[in-house]
Amino acid sequence: MVKPYEDPRMQVDLAGVTMKTPVTTASGTFGFGLEFTDFLNLDHIGAITVKGTTLKPRPGNKGQRLVETPAGVLNCVGLENPGVEFFLKETLPHLRQVTKTPVIVNIDGDSAEDYGTLAELLDVDGVDAIELNISCPNVAQGGLAFGTDCHAAGEVVKAAKPRTHKPVITKLSPNVTDITEIARAVEAAGTDAISLINTLVGMKIDIQKKRPVLGNIVGGLSGPAVHPVAVRMVYQVAQAVKVPLIGMGGISCWQDAVEFILAGATAVAVGTCSFTDPSLAETISQGIQDYLDASGAASLEELRGQALPGRN
Amino acid sequence: MAVYLEGTIVRQEKLSPDIRLMEIRCPEVAESAQPGQFVTVRVNKLHQPLLRRPFGVAGADRAAGTFSLMYRIVGETTELMDDMEAGEPISVVGPLGHGFHLGAKRGLLVGGGMGLAPLHFLAQADPDHKMEVIVGGRTKAEVFWADLFKDKTAKQYETTDDGSYGVKGTVNAVLPGLLATGQYDCVYVCGPSPMMKAVVEVVDQYGVPCQVSLEKYMGCGLGACLSCSCEGKGGRRMKICKDGPVFWSQEVVEW
Repeated sequence: MVKPYEDPRMQVDLAGVTMKTPVTTASGTFGFGLEFTDFLNLDHIGAITVKGTTLKPRPGNKGQRLVETPAGVLNCVGLENPGVEFFLKETLPHLRQVTKTPVIVNIDGDSAEDYGTLAELLDVDGVDAIELNISCPNVAQGGLAFGTDCHAAGEVVKAAKPRTHKPVITKLSPNVTDITEIARAVEAAGTDAISLINTLVGMKIDIQKKRPVLGNIVGGLSGPAVHPVAVRMVYQVAQAVKVPLIGMGGISCWQDAVEFILAGATAVAVGTCSFTDPSLAETISQGIQDYLDASGAASLEELRGQALPGRN
Repeated sequence: MAVYLEGTIVRQEKLSPDIRLMEIRCPEVAESAQPGQFVTVRVNKLHQPLLRRPFGVAGADRAAGTFSLMYRIVGETTELMDDMEAGEPISVVGPLGHGFHLGAKRGLLVGGGMGLAPLHFLAQADPDHKMEVIVGGRTKAEVFWADLFKDKTAKQYETTDDGSYGVKGTVNAVLPGLLATGQYDCVYVCGPSPMMKAVVEVVDQYGVPCQVSLEKYMGCGLGACLSCSCEGKGGRRMKICKDGPVFWSQEVVEW
């Protein structure tokens, strides 16, 4: 029995990044990958998408940052990270000693120019792709403001794209009326791939204290609760653009991942459920491979988008 | 190295109306866990509760391949834990984090409420059982702690907020008197944040090295979600789950 990560049928090409399996990790739920080496083999996952990185170190938000909600989690971490310089000097070399798996670096800026600068700084060996986070709901500047406006989203892509040789992935927010408009705008601006969805803005109130639970009042909802929303959006975006998609949002098992592939995603990302099941990004591949065997399809590529209109 | 395994519940014991001890068979954790480290558990395979919950290891029996947790029934996970019976599986990740620095010749343990659980493991792991402990509780319903420490420490001092058992007041009602004797070379503290802050202020006056075990809402326990991140000395960012939960008191800025 060939292992999923050695099975050529499981391999996918994401805008030039060759992934051994279609599974990567959602930024912010997998640290820098090194936090999970006790629980899985990083070489056996398709790609590692690391924690959002900014030009300067960020301490993140004050107060309570995370709370569990029905089948989900609300967070307002606020992009705490040690900054791009630390990432390049310390984290990336360490990660590269441990694994050859492609590394996707999620970047965040306060301005379009920041994204350009970050893309250039990260145009180095060891980094395989850049993911533009234009959808963080937990920061005062930038973040979600870029992801909810077609023009602003396109400007971020245009600022980053010419300053890197790496494929550029743009991560979309679900907090919009029509996600296909934003998807078309970032495709027109030159993004090589699209990842979706980031978290849905939500809130929880402590009924004893009569106050919002989170320090930032609102936070981003993730986890199994958001999966159907994410599947719907991948299904819509797959029909609106030609660039490859990474489907994410609430994956807790291989079946959830297969739904994204049938909805048109080339790859998928495991997010919040890595907290609960820290080997999920590796083990989920087995179920996907078994499904592939049972389906009789020659490869994942053949399965991709089979749920889309006109495909059945 | 941490493991991610299914342990088996060996027994549950009712320590007080709302506090339980759960002994879990999981040799990998029992063999490697150090006092101050914690595990995260998941009680079912459903999406509710979704996140693992962290518990300081309260004791270990390496020969039997078991370790124990103590928990107060306060929420969804602990309510479900209370319903579980011997023989049932429970998902365990651990041991996680950095435990207490050992090696003190004469340690003083200072614990409040459930903070006494990791200190219990520390007392158990001391081969000579010559540490002393201050047991801080709310009422005499928590008197069981002193019994738990009886054969693992040289002396036990009890305080209760309402004076229903031991000395009335917080642990600080007896702490200065003990420190004034000058016989302790390390103080180990675990309890609610305001209590730990107040204890450290007293310990600092006597210049005794002090270790504290911090607690903050955790999402993963692995250093990935940054829920429990806090500011340390010199602006350093610390993850309680990964860099701690045990820190030297001088490292702590945010209580």
